[in-house]
This record gives sequence, C-alpha cells and structure tokens, in this order.
Amino acid sequence: MTATALSARLSLPPSFVNYQLDTAYDEMFGSPGVSREHYRALQQTLLKLAPEALRRSQQAADLAFLHEGITFTVYGSKEGTERIFPNDLLPRIIPAREWARIEKGLTQRLTALNLFLRDIYHEGRIVSDRVVPRDLIYSCKHFRREMRGLNVPRDIYVSICGTDLVRLPDGNFAVLEDNLRVPSGVSYMLANRKVLKRVFPTLFRDYGVWPVDHYPRVLLATLKSLAPDNCPFRHDPTTVLLTPGVSNSAYFEHTFLAQQMGIELVEGRDLLVHDNVVYMRTTSGLRRVDIIYRRVDDDFLDPLCFQPSSILGVPGLFNAYRAGNVSLANAIGTGVADDKAVYAFVPEIIRYYLNEDPILQNVPTFLMTEPAHRQHVLENLEKMVVKAVGESGGYGMLIGPHSTAKQREEFRARILAEPRNYIAQPTLALSSAPCLIDGAVESRHIDLRPYIVMGEKVTLVPGGLTRVALRKGSLVVNSSQGGGSKDTWVLREGERGGDLIDEVRQELDVLASELGPSAARTEKTS
Amino acid sequence: MSTRPPRNYFVQSFSRDVGMLSRVASSLYWMGRYLERAEHTARLVNVELQLWLDQSPEMGAGRWRFLLEALNAPAADGPVDPTKLVNTLVFSRSNASSIVSCIATARENLRHVREQCSTRMWEQLNRLYLDVMDMRPEDDWILKSHDFFHLITEGAYLFHGITDATMSHGEGWQFIQLGRYVERADTLTTLLETHFRRMTSDFEQPVEGAEYLEWVGLLRDCVAFEAYCKKHTAEIRPMRVAEFLILNPEFPHSVRFSVDRVNAALHLIGDLTQRAAKLPTRIAGRLRAQISYSQIEEIIREGVYAYLQNVRKDCTEIHSAINEIYFDYPVETEIAS
Repeated sequence: MTATALSARLSLPPSFVNYQLDTAYDEMFGSPGVSREHYRALQQTLLKLAPEALRRSQQAADLAFLHEGITFTVYGSKEGTERIFPNDLLPRIIPAREWARIEKGLTQRLTALNLFLRDIYHEGRIVSDRVVPRDLIYSCKHFRREMRGLNVPRDIYVSICGTDLVRLPDGNFAVLEDNLRVPSGVSYMLANRKVLKRVFPTLFRDYGVWPVDHYPRVLLATLKSLAPDNCPFRHDPTTVLLTPGVSNSAYFEHTFLAQQMGIELVEGRDLLVHDNVVYMRTTSGLRRVDIIYRRVDDDFLDPLCFQPSSILGVPGLFNAYRAGNVSLANAIGTGVADDKAVYAFVPEIIRYYLNEDPILQNVPTFLMTEPAHRQHVLENLEKMVVKAVGESGGYGMLIGPHSTAKQREEFRARILAEPRNYIAQPTLALSSAPCLIDGAVESRHIDLRPYIVMGEKVTLVPGGLTRVALRKGSLVVNSSQGGGSKDTWVLREGERGGDLIDEVRQELDVLASELGPSAARTEKTS
Repeated sequence: MSTRPPRNYFVQSFSRDVGMLSRVASSLYWMGRYLERAEHTARLVNVELQLWLDQSPEMGAGRWRFLLEALNAPAADGPVDPTKLVNTLVFSRSNASSIVSCIATARENLRHVREQCSTRMWEQLNRLYLDVMDMRPEDDWILKSHDFFHLITEGAYLFHGITDATMSHGEGWQFIQLGRYVERADTLTTLLETHFRRMTSDFEQPVEGAEYLEWVGLLRDCVAFEAYCKKHTAEIRPMRVAEFLILNPEFPHSVRFSVDRVNAALHLIGDLTQRAAKLPTRIAGRLRAQISYSQIEEIIREGVYAYLQNVRKDCTEIHSAINEIYFDYPVETEIAS
C-alpha cells in the first residue's frame, strides 16, 4: 500500500475504514475524507446506522428479490439456472447539473444514430461522402441487406436504447457502448428503486429524487405510436412483447414489462403469419397483432429469412413487416450502428448529420483493420481491453491487465486472423462508488446505463441502471460476470423547471393518445 | 405504401379484450390442476399417517395399498415400507405426481405466465415452492410430518385467497378455477371409487369400530368430517356419507360442487370467448344436470362404483374437449371460418 492510500484510509470515518481511493474518479469523495456535497446526507445516514442494521437491511432486500423472483439466468452454469441479481443498497447519486448534460448528450447521439440507420438502409449518403468507410458498413455482422429500401414507421429505427456510460478520472462521462438492439436491465432499475424506497424512505424523500416509475407508460405510448398505417384499430393497436421464452436470461424483465404495460407476453409459438398478417393464437381464435416489442435478436426472428434453425421466431414475420402490416421495435438491422468498430465513427456521424459537436465523448478506440492501430495494440496487449465487435454482455472480451500470457496469445492469433472482428480500447479506470460489503462501506467500480425511449421526441427516464463490479478491483460489471447493480438517484434541483413542463406535456400526450378515437374523428371532420 | 387493407382484414375483427393467449390459458389451467393435486395428496397422506397411529399393523398394510390406489399411483410390489412409500409420494422428483413435483410444476407453469397473475400471487407460490424445496426427509420425519402437510395446505389456501383478492375474475381467473375443479372432480371420484369398491358395509346402518375409523378417514380426506357432523351428527351411515360427498351442492369438496364450478367456469369462458356452444360446455352441462337430478337411493341401487366411473369418464372428456377447443385447435379451421 502506498503512503497516500494509507493516509486516505486513516482520515476516513470508522465504517469506511476499508474504503480505498485510487486513480479512478470517486463518486462520493472529492478528496480523502471529504465527501462531495450531494453525497453528504447519505454519509451522515451511514455513520448513524450500525453495521448490523445495514447488514439486516441488505438481507431483507436480498430476500425481497428472491421472493419476487427477480432473477436472471446464467448461461452455461450447471447449478440452479436462476440467480438473484445482486443488489447493492447504497444509491448512486447524480446531481441535476450532471444529469442535464447526460440527457442532452444522449439525445443528440441517438438522434444522429437513427438518422445514420435510415441513411445506410436508403441512399447511403454518409458512405458516398466517405465519412464512414463503405466496407466497414457492409462487413458488419449485423448489417441486414433485407432492410434496404424498407420504410419503417415514422422513420424510427431505435425505439429503445440503453447506452453504457463510464466516468473517466477527469470526472467527465464518456460513452462506452451503444446498445441499439435489445438492451435489457430496465426492470432492475425499477426493482432497485422499489426496494430502496422501502429501506431508506426518509433519506429518499429528503434528497428530492426524480421518479422513474413512469418508464413502462412512456414505453407503451412510444410503442403505440409505431402502429402501422393500415392497422384496423389505429387508436388501440394490439401490442405484444415477443420473448424467446422462460430460459432467456432476461425473462423476468420481459414478464415484468409486459405486466406493467398491460400487454400480452408472447413466444414465437403463439404467433403465426397468414397472408402477410401476424396473428396470435387465443382462446377465442386468432387475433391480429399490430406492434411487436421484440426481445428476440434479428437472427432468430424469422426462420424463413434469417437463421433457418430458429424455433424462437415466427415463419413469415419479415414479409409481414415488409408489407407494412406489423411494426417491430426496435427495427431489424439496428445492430450495424452499435457495432464496436462503427462506434469509433460516432463523433463523425454526429457532426455529419447534425452539424454539431458531440456533447458526450467517446472512449479512444483502436481499429484492428488499421495497420498502425493494430501494431500498437499488439505491442501493448497487456494494457488493452480487446472486444469482439458484434458481442455484448461481457462475452468475447480480453481485459489486458487481468489476462494471462496464454489468453493474450490466443487473442493475438484471433486478431490477426480476423482483424475486422476486433477493436481495442485502453483499460479505463471506471469511477468508483461506495458499496455495502459485509456491513462496511467499500469502494467498487461502476458504470451507468440510462434508458432512452425514442418516439416523436427522445425521452430519458431520469435514472438508469448503475452496474457494480462487486469483486474487489474488478472492472467487469456485467451480471453474467459477477456484477451487481444499485439504484441511481437523479436529483431535482432548482434549474429543472424546463423538464417539469416537459413532464406535463408528456402527461397531456398520453391523455391525448388515450382519447385517440375521438381525437382522430375530430381530425377528419375539421 | 398501399393503404389497401390486406385480403383477410375483416376476417377477425375482435374487440380488444376478447380471448387470451392459448398458451397462457393452458398454463393457468395446468397450474390450477397441479396445485390442487398437491393439496389433495398432502391431505390424503396426512390423514393416512394419523390413521396409521390408531391401527393394527395388518390393517395398516391394507390401508397403504388403498392409498396408492386412491391416488392413482402405481401399486407397490411386495411388502409396503411406509417410510419409503411416503417419501415417494411426497419428495420424489422422479414421481411426477409427488407433492414436491406438483408444486414445482405448478410454479413452473405460473413462471411462464407471470405477467398474467398479480405479483402477490407469484410471491406466494414461489415462497411455497422455496419452502418445500428446503425440506429434506430425515429418519424420524414422519412423526413430525404434521407441520409439513399443514404448510402445504395452508400455502395452497393462501395462494387461492390471494388469487381471489388480487386478480381480476376474468378469463384467466376462470381458467385457474377450471383447472382446480376439474382436478378436484377427478381426484375426488377416484378416491370415492376406491373407497366404495373396498367397503362392503350395510349402507343403511351406522358403522362402528375399525370400520368407523375408515369412514371417518374418508371424510377427513375430503376435509368433510366437521361439515358432515354439523349436518348428520357424528353418527356415520355410509349412505349419508355417500350422499354428502357426491351430491351435496354446498360443500366445496363434494363431486356435485366441483362439477358445478367446472360448469360455471366453462360457461363464463364460453361467453367471454364466444365459444359457448362448443363441446366442453355441452359435456359439462350434461354432467351437471345428471348429478343435480340424481338421488342417492337410486345411485346405490345401481351401484355407486359404476355411477362414479361415469362421472370420471365425463371429466376426462371435458379435459380433452377443453384442450381441443381452447388450447390446441387446428389453425386451418380458424382461418377458414
């Protein structure tokens, strides 16, 4: 232990005795022993609570998760496939000022990515103008030729997005990954909040935290706005959530969202396509389906069009989609925009379509297709994080500093064999935050995944999923790799008046969409 | 993009609330059946263990065989080892009808349709499942078994109470009731059949001694002892027991009551799904009419056993008809209609 680390430990209060500060940005402490203003009240509360009380609260919370069945499935592990998603009781707090910047930055980014998707599946201006290399797009694993020239409802490709942000040592947020296909985790955001409100009610009230509970409502309104033009009941389209089934790792979330939105949760075997129209099999016969919030990957959606061996999908679904008889959220082929090599070009993409400078920065990324980049990475593998471009969930990664020589050799060979399939980034010092470990407070590395819903306008629910690398010193936050999560509190402050007006407007929008039929009629007669 | 509606645009224009997913309906139905089966088995085994304490060993062996038959379980070869047998009926995962298997399957069915039930329902069934999975049979387990069976019956009652209090009594709820009472009618008739085939007492006269215990055991199997005493006092006459357990319209564990509930659920489901005139409703209606106009003297004259066998046959038919009309219908006929 270095001298500074030691002195940092000595100046901290007793239950924080194991709290380590290193080069990473710490969410709670600006300098050893001095907590940032927005964490002060939490620290006071923690100092007053006995470790035993904290431990009991944690147990009660774990039990609540187990009883409610808030679990996820770990692939490839033998013992009981259901596991609770570890929850850490101490909230992660984001002041209003910082959140405003995140909100603006993500809105900008998603707007640009959506324009990008429309462009590459239509005219392809951005490749003609040589802003993004043509072969980069067409060599994307998730590029879908089938989508060329297809008009998606309202030109919205990405209705739901979960972007991973990290905070760099200088305190700025940077985008680590865009998840534009089927991002998950939002149910844990809502479940964490429910539990935290039970454990720290007064603290929660006194802090003035923005609610997140309206997420399902916002999502439903957005999905409904995607109704196909020739849908028989435009004002009340039949919306369903398509799940791969009970063995999917996010099954809990699928059931939770379907229930909270009051829509049908269907599996592929519940649906069938006849004459390019999608139906579901009900006890009173077949019912037409208009909008599908699909949590099934592109590859498995339609065995006639994509992966022929898929039994999760619906044969003929893609043709019904092309015929404009059913809408999908997200659209097919969005994965091309969250490809980890395309990611390196997102700042350029933002400048190209919006003529603005990106508000949120990217993490420096090395493309293995560039000989100079490749050589630099191969020479410094033990300092790099190497990622497969089309993977997510922490699978297919090499974390240089924690790797063995053998793993590095293996990745070196893989990179040389398929350079297009890999990118590398310098190992980031993710910011750290206080976590409750065995009744004491310790620091662990975290990231942040806010959820963005895009209808006619872009909406961010103030909050998100803060994922925690619960293993000491670990930098991997994925649930499949021993990560947990904690509640994220976005604080209200004086300057949020503008957003309040947005909230009211949103309420009115929802009201208007609920009054749909009469509103539609007025339109016709006027 | 053409705005012309697709060819079969008007074929199926439903109001939005009509009909639920067939898969979901089927899961709720099976969940109802499995939970009822678990409760039924728990009750029978518990009563058996209580009787076992009161009886001579020879008689006990006969009762164990009867228990297996009443539960429709495969008969045991050779001498019966009560501990082993109870373990098979309660804990064995390889026996799909054991209590633990039934609760696990009920929970699995509910897990597949979690968004259809209330959170509290799921929590209760999940907790019951976790409690049951925690139990490990020990050597002197049987002597302490009362608490275990209590846990299961209480857990099931609580689940049904929560279901009634927190779930809309719409189609989904009706399918749970349907499963529950189809299973009850089925298990109840199997139990009564086995009992009446075995007992050859004079139906008119009060019974005494060892026989008395057997008849009380039957009433206890159906949680009916107290209700019976209220109506007929503690004097046990087989004919009255038969009448009470088969024809009583008010007692929840009588055949008549179960068939009434099946019939009511099927009618409501039929109305909700516009399939009221279909096969399952017709069979159930016929069965209900038959039972409600039956008289016990007549049943005994023609043989209780044969009568019950007919009821059970109808239950099986209702089950396959439900499957055919609501869960697994051929798509071609639907599209053509």
